[in-house]
Amino acid sequence: MDMKTNDSPAIADPIDAALLAAVQGGLPLSPRPYAVIADALDLEESEVLVRLARLTDSGTIKRFGVVVRHQELGYCANAMVVWALPEERVGEVGRRLGSLPFVTLSYRRPRRLPDWPYNLFTMIHGRDRAAVLALVEEAKDRCGLQGVECAVLFSGQRFKQRGARYVAPSVDTPPLGVAGSRCPGPRLALSR
Amino acid sequence: MRPNRAPLLLDEVDRRLLNDFQRDFPLTERPYAAVAERLGVDEAEILRRLERLSSAGAVSRVGPVLRPQRVGASTLAAMAVPAERLAEVAELVNTFSEVNHNYEREHRFNLWFVLTAADEERLAEVIEEIEGRTGIEVLDLPMLAEFHIDLGFPLQWT
Repeated sequence: MDMKTNDSPAIADPIDAALLAAVQGGLPLSPRPYAVIADALDLEESEVLVRLARLTDSGTIKRFGVVVRHQELGYCANAMVVWALPEERVGEVGRRLGSLPFVTLSYRRPRRLPDWPYNLFTMIHGRDRAAVLALVEEAKDRCGLQGVECAVLFSGQRFKQRGARYVAPSVDTPPLGVAGSRCPGPRLALSR
Repeated sequence: MRPNRAPLLLDEVDRRLLNDFQRDFPLTERPYAAVAERLGVDEAEILRRLERLSSAGAVSRVGPVLRPQRVGASTLAAMAVPAERLAEVAELVNTFSEVNHNYEREHRFNLWFVLTAADEERLAEVIEEIEGRTGIEVLDLPMLAEFHIDLGFPLQWT
Protein backbone atom coordinates (compact mmCIF):
# COMPACT_ATOMS: atom_id res chain seq x y z
CA MET A 1 0.00 0.00 0.00
CA ASP A 2 1.32 3.42 -0.82
CA MET A 3 1.69 6.18 1.69
CA LYS A 4 -0.23 9.29 0.86
CA THR A 5 2.14 12.12 1.55
CA ASN A 6 -0.44 14.75 0.76
CA ASP A 7 -3.93 15.38 -0.45
CA SER A 8 -4.70 14.65 -4.04
CA PRO A 9 -4.97 17.43 -6.59
CA ALA A 10 -8.44 18.48 -7.65
CA ILE A 11 -10.16 16.06 -10.03
CA ALA A 12 -8.89 16.91 -13.53
CA ASP A 13 -11.34 15.00 -15.71
CA PRO A 14 -14.66 16.89 -15.88
CA ILE A 15 -16.70 13.71 -16.33
CA ASP A 16 -15.05 12.14 -13.26
CA ALA A 17 -15.74 15.33 -11.32
CA ALA A 18 -19.41 15.32 -12.36
CA LEU A 19 -19.70 11.63 -11.54
CA LEU A 20 -18.20 12.08 -8.07
CA ALA A 21 -20.50 15.02 -7.43
CA ALA A 22 -23.45 12.85 -8.46
CA VAL A 23 -22.58 9.86 -6.25
CA GLN A 24 -21.07 11.56 -3.21
CA GLY A 25 -24.44 11.93 -1.54
CA GLY A 26 -25.12 8.22 -1.98
CA LEU A 27 -26.50 5.84 -4.57
CA PRO A 28 -30.25 5.86 -5.17
CA LEU A 29 -31.97 3.00 -3.38
CA SER A 30 -33.42 1.50 -6.52
CA PRO A 31 -32.52 -1.71 -8.35
CA ARG A 32 -30.30 -0.10 -11.02
CA PRO A 33 -28.65 2.78 -9.14
CA TYR A 34 -25.76 3.20 -11.57
CA ALA A 35 -28.19 3.47 -14.47
CA VAL A 36 -30.01 6.28 -12.65
CA ILE A 37 -26.71 8.13 -12.17
CA ALA A 38 -25.76 7.47 -15.79
CA ASP A 39 -29.07 8.88 -17.07
CA ALA A 40 -28.62 12.04 -15.05
CA LEU A 41 -25.16 12.58 -16.54
CA ASP A 42 -26.03 11.42 -20.04
CA LEU A 43 -23.55 8.55 -19.82
CA GLU A 44 -23.84 4.82 -20.39
CA GLU A 45 -24.28 2.72 -17.26
CA SER A 46 -21.21 0.69 -18.27
CA GLU A 47 -19.10 3.85 -18.40
CA VAL A 48 -20.23 4.83 -14.89
CA LEU A 49 -19.17 1.40 -13.62
CA VAL A 50 -15.78 1.57 -15.36
CA ARG A 51 -15.07 5.07 -14.11
CA LEU A 52 -16.04 4.28 -10.51
CA ALA A 53 -13.78 1.21 -10.58
CA ARG A 54 -10.92 3.29 -11.93
CA LEU A 55 -11.42 6.05 -9.35
CA THR A 56 -11.36 3.40 -6.63
CA ASP A 57 -8.22 1.74 -7.99
CA SER A 58 -6.43 5.07 -8.22
CA GLY A 59 -7.29 5.94 -4.62
CA THR A 60 -9.41 9.02 -5.38
CA ILE A 61 -12.22 6.98 -3.85
CA LYS A 62 -10.77 5.55 -0.63
CA ARG A 63 -13.61 3.07 -0.35
CA PHE A 64 -17.04 2.57 -1.85
CA GLY A 65 -19.83 1.09 0.22
CA VAL A 66 -22.08 1.48 3.23
CA VAL A 67 -21.06 4.53 5.26
CA VAL A 68 -22.29 4.11 8.84
CA ARG A 69 -22.76 6.74 11.52
CA HIS A 70 -20.71 5.55 14.46
CA GLN A 71 -22.68 7.42 17.06
CA GLU A 72 -26.05 6.14 15.94
CA LEU A 73 -24.64 2.64 16.33
CA GLY A 74 -23.48 3.28 19.86
CA TYR A 75 -19.85 4.28 19.29
CA CYS A 76 -20.17 7.31 21.50
CA ALA A 77 -16.61 8.00 22.64
CA ASN A 78 -13.75 9.21 20.56
CA ALA A 79 -10.31 10.39 21.45
CA MET A 80 -7.52 12.04 19.57
CA VAL A 81 -4.48 10.02 20.60
CA VAL A 82 -1.17 11.74 19.97
CA TRP A 83 2.31 10.19 20.05
CA ALA A 84 5.79 11.66 20.49
CA LEU A 85 8.03 9.63 18.22
CA PRO A 86 11.59 9.97 16.94
CA GLU A 87 11.25 11.50 13.46
CA GLU A 88 12.62 8.39 11.78
CA ARG A 89 9.90 6.20 13.29
CA VAL A 90 6.87 8.36 12.46
CA GLY A 91 6.25 6.89 9.01
CA GLU A 92 6.50 3.27 10.06
CA VAL A 93 4.42 3.69 13.23
CA GLY A 94 1.91 5.93 11.43
CA ARG A 95 1.28 3.25 8.84
CA ARG A 96 0.98 0.50 11.45
CA LEU A 97 -1.43 2.48 13.60
CA GLY A 98 -3.35 3.62 10.52
CA SER A 99 -3.92 0.02 9.50
CA LEU A 100 -5.58 -0.96 12.81
CA PRO A 101 -9.31 -1.35 12.34
CA PHE A 102 -10.31 0.93 15.20
CA VAL A 103 -8.00 3.77 14.18
CA THR A 104 -9.83 6.11 11.81
CA LEU A 105 -7.16 8.75 11.16
CA SER A 106 -3.37 8.74 11.25
CA TYR A 107 -1.53 11.98 10.43
CA ARG A 108 1.97 13.29 10.81
CA ARG A 109 2.03 16.87 12.10
CA PRO A 110 4.93 19.01 13.38
CA ARG A 111 5.87 19.09 17.05
CA ARG A 112 5.94 22.51 18.70
CA LEU A 113 8.46 22.35 21.49
CA PRO A 114 8.43 22.92 24.36
CA ASP A 115 4.62 22.95 24.54
CA TRP A 116 3.76 20.16 22.18
CA PRO A 117 6.08 17.17 21.72
CA TYR A 118 3.65 15.02 19.71
CA ASN A 119 4.16 14.42 15.99
CA LEU A 120 1.73 11.59 15.16
CA PHE A 121 -2.03 12.12 15.50
CA THR A 122 -4.54 9.27 15.50
CA MET A 123 -8.28 9.06 16.15
CA ILE A 124 -9.76 6.13 18.04
CA HIS A 125 -13.49 5.40 18.39
CA GLY A 126 -15.14 3.13 20.94
CA ARG A 127 -18.46 2.53 22.65
CA ASP A 128 -17.35 4.37 25.77
CA ARG A 129 -14.27 5.87 27.40
CA ALA A 130 -13.13 2.59 28.93
CA ALA A 131 -13.34 0.92 25.51
CA VAL A 132 -11.27 3.69 23.93
CA LEU A 133 -8.62 3.41 26.66
CA ALA A 134 -8.46 -0.37 26.18
CA LEU A 135 -7.97 0.17 22.45
CA VAL A 136 -5.14 2.61 23.14
CA GLU A 137 -3.41 -0.12 25.17
CA GLU A 138 -4.04 -2.62 22.38
CA ALA A 139 -2.53 -0.19 19.87
CA LYS A 140 0.56 0.18 22.05
CA ASP A 141 0.98 -3.58 22.30
CA ARG A 142 0.49 -4.19 18.61
CA CYS A 143 2.80 -1.42 17.43
CA GLY A 144 5.56 -1.64 20.01
CA LEU A 145 4.70 1.69 21.60
CA GLN A 146 4.88 0.79 25.30
CA GLY A 147 7.42 3.44 26.47
CA VAL A 148 6.45 6.04 23.91
CA GLU A 149 5.07 9.26 25.34
CA CYS A 150 1.44 9.71 24.31
CA ALA A 151 -1.66 11.65 25.32
CA VAL A 152 -5.35 10.75 25.02
CA LEU A 153 -7.58 13.75 24.32
CA PHE A 154 -11.24 12.87 24.71
CA SER A 155 -13.67 15.22 23.02
CA GLY A 156 -15.82 17.53 25.08
CA GLN A 157 -18.20 20.19 23.80
CA ARG A 158 -18.59 20.70 20.10
CA PHE A 159 -18.59 24.39 19.26
CA LYS A 160 -18.78 24.07 15.49
CA GLN A 161 -18.89 21.28 12.95
CA ARG A 162 -19.21 22.00 9.30
CA GLY A 163 -17.86 20.10 6.31
CA ALA A 164 -14.60 21.52 5.03
CA ARG A 165 -15.20 23.46 1.88
CA TYR A 166 -13.55 21.51 -0.85
CA VAL A 167 -14.34 22.28 -4.44
CA ALA A 168 -15.41 18.83 -5.33
CA PRO A 169 -16.99 16.52 -2.94
CA SER A 170 -16.78 16.83 0.78
CA VAL A 171 -14.99 14.23 2.82
CA ASP A 172 -16.62 12.21 5.48
CA THR A 173 -13.90 11.98 8.06
CA PRO A 174 -13.82 15.16 10.10
CA PRO A 175 -10.28 15.81 11.29
CA LEU A 176 -11.33 16.12 14.89
CA GLY A 177 -13.80 13.28 15.01
CA VAL A 178 -17.33 13.73 16.23
CA ALA A 179 -18.41 15.17 19.51
CA GLY A 180 -20.22 13.24 22.18
CA SER A 181 -23.12 15.64 22.37
CA ARG A 182 -25.00 14.00 19.53
CA CYS A 183 -24.72 10.53 20.94
CA PRO A 184 -28.11 8.88 21.06
CA GLY A 185 -27.33 6.77 24.10
CA PRO A 186 -28.70 3.31 24.53
CA ARG A 187 -31.17 3.28 21.68
CA LEU A 188 -29.56 0.37 19.89
CA ALA A 189 -30.93 -3.08 20.48
CA LEU A 190 -30.01 -6.38 18.95
CA SER A 191 -32.50 -9.04 18.12
CA ARG A 192 -31.98 -12.62 17.14
CA MET B 1 -32.83 13.55 13.41
CA ARG B 2 -35.80 12.24 15.32
CA PRO B 3 -35.32 12.65 19.04
CA ASN B 4 -36.58 10.15 21.62
CA ARG B 5 -37.43 7.49 19.12
CA ALA B 6 -37.65 3.83 19.92
CA PRO B 7 -34.46 1.77 19.99
CA LEU B 8 -33.20 0.69 16.61
CA LEU B 9 -33.54 -3.07 16.41
CA LEU B 10 -30.88 -4.82 14.38
CA ASP B 11 -31.07 -8.43 13.38
CA GLU B 12 -28.30 -10.56 11.92
CA VAL B 13 -29.00 -9.46 8.34
CA ASP B 14 -28.87 -5.77 9.36
CA ARG B 15 -25.62 -6.33 11.17
CA ARG B 16 -24.00 -8.01 8.21
CA LEU B 17 -25.37 -5.36 5.89
CA LEU B 18 -23.78 -2.67 8.06
CA ASN B 19 -20.47 -4.41 8.61
CA ASP B 20 -19.65 -6.43 5.50
CA PHE B 21 -20.33 -3.90 2.75
CA GLN B 22 -18.42 -0.83 3.87
CA ARG B 23 -15.98 -1.34 1.01
CA ASP B 24 -15.96 -3.13 -2.33
CA PHE B 25 -19.67 -2.50 -2.83
CA PRO B 26 -20.61 -4.34 -6.03
CA LEU B 27 -19.97 -2.31 -9.18
CA THR B 28 -22.48 -4.27 -11.21
CA GLU B 29 -25.80 -3.40 -12.80
CA ARG B 30 -27.81 -4.80 -9.89
CA PRO B 31 -25.59 -4.21 -6.83
CA TYR B 32 -28.37 -4.61 -4.27
CA ALA B 33 -29.30 -7.95 -5.82
CA ALA B 34 -25.66 -9.04 -5.45
CA VAL B 35 -25.69 -8.00 -1.79
CA ALA B 36 -29.02 -9.78 -1.31
CA GLU B 37 -27.64 -12.98 -2.72
CA ARG B 38 -24.73 -12.93 -0.28
CA LEU B 39 -27.09 -12.37 2.64
CA GLY B 40 -29.63 -14.93 1.52
CA VAL B 41 -32.54 -12.53 1.07
CA ASP B 42 -34.04 -10.81 -1.96
CA GLU B 43 -33.20 -7.48 -3.57
CA ALA B 44 -36.39 -5.74 -2.45
CA GLU B 45 -35.64 -6.65 1.15
CA ILE B 46 -32.13 -5.18 0.97
CA LEU B 47 -33.59 -1.94 -0.41
CA ARG B 48 -36.18 -1.86 2.39
CA ARG B 49 -33.54 -2.48 5.04
CA LEU B 50 -31.26 0.24 3.68
CA GLU B 51 -34.21 2.67 3.61
CA ARG B 52 -34.95 1.86 7.23
CA LEU B 53 -31.32 2.07 8.41
CA SER B 54 -30.91 5.36 6.54
CA SER B 55 -34.02 6.94 7.97
CA ALA B 56 -33.00 5.75 11.44
CA GLY B 57 -29.65 7.51 10.96
CA ALA B 58 -27.48 4.38 11.23
CA VAL B 59 -26.48 4.60 7.57
CA SER B 60 -25.28 7.89 6.17
CA ARG B 61 -25.28 6.64 2.58
CA VAL B 62 -24.15 3.91 0.25
CA GLY B 63 -21.43 5.59 -1.73
CA PRO B 64 -17.86 6.73 -1.91
CA VAL B 65 -15.55 8.00 0.80
CA LEU B 66 -13.27 10.38 -1.06
CA ARG B 67 -9.69 11.31 -0.48
CA PRO B 68 -9.56 14.96 0.55
CA GLN B 69 -9.09 17.30 -2.38
CA ARG B 70 -6.36 19.82 -2.03
CA VAL B 71 -7.84 23.26 -2.57
CA GLY B 72 -6.06 26.05 -0.82
CA ALA B 73 -4.45 25.63 2.58
CA SER B 74 -5.57 24.09 5.84
CA THR B 75 -4.26 23.39 9.29
CA LEU B 76 -5.25 22.05 12.70
CA ALA B 77 -4.96 24.64 15.45
CA ALA B 78 -4.93 24.28 19.22
CA MET B 79 -5.12 26.71 22.12
CA ALA B 80 -4.64 26.34 25.87
CA VAL B 81 -7.56 28.41 27.14
CA PRO B 82 -8.25 29.06 30.84
CA ALA B 83 -11.46 27.20 31.71
CA GLU B 84 -13.38 30.35 32.58
CA ARG B 85 -12.64 31.84 29.14
CA LEU B 86 -13.34 28.75 27.05
CA ALA B 87 -16.86 29.67 25.91
CA GLU B 88 -15.87 33.23 25.06
CA VAL B 89 -12.77 32.20 23.09
CA ALA B 90 -14.63 29.39 21.30
CA GLU B 91 -17.26 31.90 20.24
CA LEU B 92 -14.65 34.30 18.92
CA VAL B 93 -12.94 31.51 16.98
CA ASN B 94 -16.30 30.50 15.48
CA THR B 95 -16.82 33.96 14.01
CA PHE B 96 -14.14 33.24 11.40
CA SER B 97 -15.57 31.65 8.26
CA GLU B 98 -12.22 29.84 7.86
CA VAL B 99 -13.03 27.70 10.92
CA ASN B 100 -14.92 24.49 10.27
CA HIS B 101 -14.57 22.11 13.19
CA ASN B 102 -14.14 23.54 16.65
CA TYR B 103 -14.05 21.20 19.63
CA GLU B 104 -13.21 21.14 23.27
CA ARG B 105 -10.77 18.40 24.18
CA GLU B 106 -9.65 17.22 27.60
CA HIS B 107 -6.10 18.50 27.82
CA ARG B 108 -4.21 21.66 28.74
CA PHE B 109 -4.63 22.42 25.03
CA ASN B 110 -8.39 22.33 25.31
CA LEU B 111 -9.65 24.09 22.17
CA TRP B 112 -9.05 22.46 18.78
CA PHE B 113 -10.20 23.74 15.42
CA VAL B 114 -9.56 23.26 11.73
CA LEU B 115 -8.80 26.24 9.52
CA THR B 116 -9.15 26.22 5.73
CA ALA B 117 -8.38 29.19 3.53
CA ALA B 118 -7.43 30.06 -0.01
CA ASP B 119 -3.74 30.24 0.83
CA GLU B 120 -1.12 30.09 3.58
CA GLU B 121 -1.06 33.87 3.94
CA ARG B 122 -4.72 34.01 4.89
CA LEU B 123 -4.24 31.16 7.38
CA ALA B 124 -1.39 33.08 9.01
CA GLU B 125 -3.54 36.23 9.18
CA VAL B 126 -6.40 34.41 10.88
CA ILE B 127 -4.06 32.83 13.42
CA GLU B 128 -2.45 36.16 14.15
CA GLU B 129 -5.81 37.84 14.59
CA ILE B 130 -7.05 35.14 16.97
CA GLU B 131 -3.85 35.46 18.98
CA GLY B 132 -4.12 39.24 19.02
CA ARG B 133 -7.74 39.30 20.13
CA THR B 134 -7.39 36.62 22.81
CA GLY B 135 -3.82 37.08 24.00
CA ILE B 136 -3.45 33.28 23.76
CA GLU B 137 -0.93 31.55 21.56
CA VAL B 138 -2.28 29.32 18.74
CA LEU B 139 -0.43 26.10 17.92
CA ASP B 140 -0.33 25.68 14.14
CA LEU B 141 -0.22 21.94 13.31
CA PRO B 142 -0.57 21.39 9.54
CA MET B 143 -0.83 17.86 8.20
CA LEU B 144 2.51 16.68 6.83
CA ALA B 145 1.52 13.15 5.81
CA GLU B 146 -1.51 10.88 5.99
CA PHE B 147 -0.99 7.21 6.81
CA HIS B 148 -4.49 5.89 7.33
CA ILE B 149 -5.93 3.45 4.84
CA ASP B 150 -9.70 3.55 5.10
CA LEU B 151 -11.06 0.02 5.08
CA GLY B 152 -14.30 0.91 6.78
CA PHE B 153 -15.12 0.59 10.45
CA PRO B 154 -15.58 -2.86 11.97
CA LEU B 155 -18.67 -2.96 14.16
CA GLN B 156 -18.80 -5.10 17.27
CA TRP B 157 -22.19 -6.07 18.52
CA THR B 158 -21.51 -7.48 21.95
